[in-house]
Amino acid sequence: MEIPENVKKRLSIPADEHFYAGHTACQGCGASLGLRYVLKTYGKKTIFTIPACCSTIIAGAWPYSTLDAPLFHTAFETTGAVMSGIEAALKVKGYKVKGEDGVMVVGWAGDGGTADIGLQALSGFLERGHDALYIMYDNEAYMNTGIQRSGSTPYGAWTTNTPGGKKHFLEKRHKKKVIDIVIAHEIPYAATASVAYPEDFIRKLKKARDTPGPSFIQLFAPCPTGWRSPTDKSIELARLAVQTAYFPLFEYENGRYKINMPSPKKEPKPIEEFLKYQGRFKYMTKEDIEVLQQWVNHEWEKLKKLAEIFG
Amino acid sequence: MEYKPIRKVVSGNYAAAYAVKHARVEVVAAYPITPQTSIIEKIAEFIANDEIENIQYVPVESEHSAMAASIGASATGARAFTATSAQGLALMHEMLHWAAGARLPIVMVDVNRAMAPPWSVWDDQTDSLSQRDTGWMQFYAENNQEVYDGVLMAFKIAETVNLPAMVIESAFILSHTYDVVEMIPQELVDEFLPPRKPLYTLTDFDNPISVGALGTPNDYYEFRYKLAKAMEEAKKVIHEVGKEFGERFGRDYSQMIELYKTDDADFVFMGMGSLMGTVKQAVDVLREEGYKVGAAKVRWFRPFPSEELYELAKDVQAIAVLDRNFSFGQEGILFNEAKGALYNTDAKPLMKNYIVGLGGRDFTVNDVRKIAENMKAIIDKGELDVEVDWYHLKR
Ligand SMILES: Cc1ncc(C[n+]2csc(CCOP(=O)(O)OP(=O)(O)O)c2C)c(N)n1
Ligand code: SF4
Repeated sequence: MEIPENVKKRLSIPADEHFYAGHTACQGCGASLGLRYVLKTYGKKTIFTIPACCSTIIAGAWPYSTLDAPLFHTAFETTGAVMSGIEAALKVKGYKVKGEDGVMVVGWAGDGGTADIGLQALSGFLERGHDALYIMYDNEAYMNTGIQRSGSTPYGAWTTNTPGGKKHFLEKRHKKKVIDIVIAHEIPYAATASVAYPEDFIRKLKKARDTPGPSFIQLFAPCPTGWRSPTDKSIELARLAVQTAYFPLFEYENGRYKINMPSPKKEPKPIEEFLKYQGRFKYMTKEDIEVLQQWVNHEWEKLKKLAEIFG
Repeated sequence: MEYKPIRKVVSGNYAAAYAVKHARVEVVAAYPITPQTSIIEKIAEFIANDEIENIQYVPVESEHSAMAASIGASATGARAFTATSAQGLALMHEMLHWAAGARLPIVMVDVNRAMAPPWSVWDDQTDSLSQRDTGWMQFYAENNQEVYDGVLMAFKIAETVNLPAMVIESAFILSHTYDVVEMIPQELVDEFLPPRKPLYTLTDFDNPISVGALGTPNDYYEFRYKLAKAMEEAKKVIHEVGKEFGERFGRDYSQMIELYKTDDADFVFMGMGSLMGTVKQAVDVLREEGYKVGAAKVRWFRPFPSEELYELAKDVQAIAVLDRNFSFGQEGILFNEAKGALYNTDAKPLMKNYIVGLGGRDFTVNDVRKIAENMKAIIDKGELDVEVDWYHLKR
């Protein structure tokens, strides 16, 4: 259906679609939503690099593509490096890179391909200062290979290689703070975002586009298949992750931290709120939940301090 | 413009760097490893001194990323180059498949170096030969001149058949040894090697393409077949480009196997890379001593020159295959390939495999003489003593 011009003008989210219907994501997939927003924001003049992950499949099998933009599928650990090569080639060929009228080079990788096997290439990319955007969509496990833990999997979560059972064996490490590792590179722009807050995400995408140098966005993207959650609860869960301060929204811009919470005055909700609906947390005991809550509190206080001192 | 070569005394690595400059490479991904390092250093120096314009130098954080960045650059339409050696090449292995599968004409110099452990920085072909099934073409240079010529030709051939190519030189024997190299004036290189016309690029925003997507069992097979066909076609292109190079610059590379005094030879020595310089010298000496011997230098190992090998093999009694490499559980890799290529033909010379020079062990004219004596004895007896001879073994 054509959207009337006067309505279009009032939409805060671009009406343009460059992510085709017929993609093969599961129902309620946060990653596919994220990809759609990126394409809405940047349009066709975007070159994507996607490593091995769920999005390899979402983007479609040959000869089809779900993306109305050029896309290079690459090896699992190479996102940062391939983006670097693309950006270098664009520059030598005389293209304007980044900015509203420039070409956007976007790496789109899962948490496994970013926090674990791809961390080295990500670091190289950040450190060398390429004009490109790396987006880590965080569904907190290796979903494409069947829900195994990644460095970004939270404490207490069931995955197929950290299962729960009689011995109460489950993920004992806290979520790796990839964004902190990224910020340690002192790049111009880094941010967290969530598919539950698309306006905020799109604003950040635009900022990443308009800030020269490397930028990074960690996008919280629920996965009903891997989280064992109802497919219609993805957005609610993504929102609760923010509201419980489990996944706070913030930006880091040239040394300055800024928290962008939807209700800044409100105290975070208890972590149980986020854990509900999710089968992956069913093995957690009361004590485990307390451990996770403590971690969330600690990280949240740390972030608030950073924003206070370096705001 | 009349061709007047510019003579410079350079190392093999500098010869490679000059070729990169003259080929007007647009993106260089660089990661150091001995003995490759001076290639990427020299290129950096050219850039720092403004001797190369319009180039992006990407100092990556690993060889895996060096190849990945070259792939990104090449897919975006740029002429891309990188260089490595041994462990670096092994680390790249996954991405070598990616470059060939995505049909990207990247050119890379590999400085042949032995694989660890034990650590060794010296000459050995196992690193490059371990990559033989990645879909890369492989050119083995005998001397610094061939390194320079090889890089220029490799770009032209690679960009014609849309396959990546490796130019291989030996550690220290070439990489760090200075010799006269005849370089070609820039304008003439430009005529020989015009700007790249890519098969596809990621910058066609009105007709966006997706490269490397999932290929179902219904399609994957045909992709592989096309790659196989491109490799086959490369033989013709190698011949044409090698011939053109000869006509323009006086050094003919039309043959994938260079034959040296093989016409009336009873038996020949066959091998690849710098050791063939020693062998040719030995052939001269042995001829004076009454041996009717020749040398067959395999320039291109991929694609494999089966037809040219047959032409040679049908006229000689025996072939001594010299392998500076080994495939564990089997035999020398060139030996293995050469035997395989002749199996279904009527050319059945005696073939013996000598494993020589691993990890940089010296290989001299005198060694070739000893091998010649052994070969003569075998021919006289009409049968092999052993098939695979670890020639230098301390017993
Ligand atoms: C070198 C290598 N090792 C392992 C794999 C198998 N593999 C493919 S996708 C994947 C997991 C991807 O996880 P993530 O990056 O979190 O993305 P998601 O699937 O969750 O979207 C793995 C392990 C691979 N493709 N390459
Ligand atoms: S498994 Fe999860 S991330 Fe993958 S497509 Fe399904 S919902 Fe999306």
